[in-house]
Amino acid sequence: MADHVPANAGWFENLDPSDVDSLASSITEGSTTEPQDWPSRAIESNFADDEDDYYARLHEATVEATRQAVRERERADDQQLKHAVRAMDDCERVANELAERVSEWAGSLGMDVAGVDGAREVAARDPEPGEEQLVSLAERTAELADEADDLRSFVESRAPGVAPNLSALAGPVLAARLIALAGGLEQLAKMPSGTVQVLGAEDALFAHLRGQGSSPKHGVIFTHEYVRGTRPDERGPAARALAGKLTIAARVDHYSGERRPELDDELDRRIHRIRTRGEDDD
Amino acid sequence: MTESGDAPLPDGVTRRSFDGEDRLATRGDPVYGEPTDGEWRLWDARRSKLGAMLELGMDTGLDGGETVLYLGAASGTTVSHVADVAGPTYAVEFAPRPARDLVDVAETRPNLFPLLKDARKPETYAHVVEASVDAVIQDVATRGQARVARLNRRFLADSGRLVAAIKARSEDVARDPGDVFEDVLESLRQDYEVLATESLAPFHEDHLAVVATPR
Ligand SMILES: C[S@@+](CC[C@H](N)C(=O)[O-])C[C@H]1O[C@@H](n2cnc3c(N)ncnc32)[C@H](O)[C@@H]1O
Repeated sequence: MADHVPANAGWFENLDPSDVDSLASSITEGSTTEPQDWPSRAIESNFADDEDDYYARLHEATVEATRQAVRERERADDQQLKHAVRAMDDCERVANELAERVSEWAGSLGMDVAGVDGAREVAARDPEPGEEQLVSLAERTAELADEADDLRSFVESRAPGVAPNLSALAGPVLAARLIALAGGLEQLAKMPSGTVQVLGAEDALFAHLRGQGSSPKHGVIFTHEYVRGTRPDERGPAARALAGKLTIAARVDHYSGERRPELDDELDRRIHRIRTRGEDDD
Repeated sequence: MTESGDAPLPDGVTRRSFDGEDRLATRGDPVYGEPTDGEWRLWDARRSKLGAMLELGMDTGLDGGETVLYLGAASGTTVSHVADVAGPTYAVEFAPRPARDLVDVAETRPNLFPLLKDARKPETYAHVVEASVDAVIQDVATRGQARVARLNRRFLADSGRLVAAIKARSEDVARDPGDVFEDVLESLRQDYEVLATESLAPFHEDHLAVVATPR
């Protein structure tokens, strides 16, 4: 509870009617057990001139308080997203490893299967004598792949709430990966775009700093169509442009939370320019 | 218990023709892309449990102009219509994403006060919501709906109305809805006198509308 709000007091008590920030935080943090006739109390204590004035101030304060509280709660959601996307990657990786084991084993029994789909095929079998253990492993593998799919759906549904602009530009899963790699939306919003560009390429970056290998041009953002789908000699500029816009998107998401569709258009135009320049001299 | 069927609509709610069909409408800023007719905007009973109660002619006791505490406001679909016709309207929602939209809806409605609060913790908003409101409208669709209604009894005037939509599946997906409703009503009766109940089918399956007054 805010210190300036005594127990059993209204949200406005002892506060300056023009201090919207304090009024908003009193709405968010205050508490009391029994409601009172707050409009009358507020007028008696000269917080408001009359009922209309009271409700106008209440409106301003509740809108501000709720806007801020929503933003804060959604920020906490970035941590949920971080865990979910990491768990999704773990489940996918392990499911793929197990699927490889399953297909190798199945091969020794004369079945020709590959990948997670292959494991699903084996899992669906009525095991013949001697196959029980293999089929059971295949079932676990398929379940793990299902879990990864569920986690992906969860990430896809949550990311736009946590970071609407970043999710629109990067896609929800890449947005979640960037947030996870940075440690949170706030950390991502505070990174220079050069760092965002190589997030997820830390191993290559450290090798480069040790004097081994060239400087990485892109990290996890390489999975974005705007880098991967650009011809190799322009991928560096494309990655730089993409990282720049993603950084702006993360900042807008963190500091304002408003969706700004014009960011999408700006990115589209930037990439289009990069991809088409030089075409004339060909 | 009264038989509902032809109770008058609250002031400010009217029936207008949309696409040749008589539908409910209120006057206010459009909110969710609903069809409009001049200054009137359609109130879709399929998207709103309170809308369905009015469409079914249930006597909610709402006349228009009252002070309202609305629990489970979500993104503001129904509460926007309530604020179009009511007086001061407090809207409680505990999930941040819908509350973000609710704030936008409230922005243009000076009598709508959005609150990001948990309806199971009335002490976290009793310093904001005034005593003796005329109506508590509840649509929380979460386990413990009777408890929410009882906890929020403290805000209601003695002559006020609880208007609640109870969703059976929120209490227990496996049980028979009729049995769930019986339990909810039994719990409500500890603090309320139940005035009317009605199924919200065909607009909302397995939902029971309840109108009650404090006892
Ligand atoms: C069925 S939706 C409400 C739809 C809304 N009444 C309308 O018609 O526009 C139920 C809402 O209640 C909210 N809710 C559930 N439990 C709640 C609680 N304890 N406190 C506040 N809101 C709650 C949910 O987050 C959800 O948005």
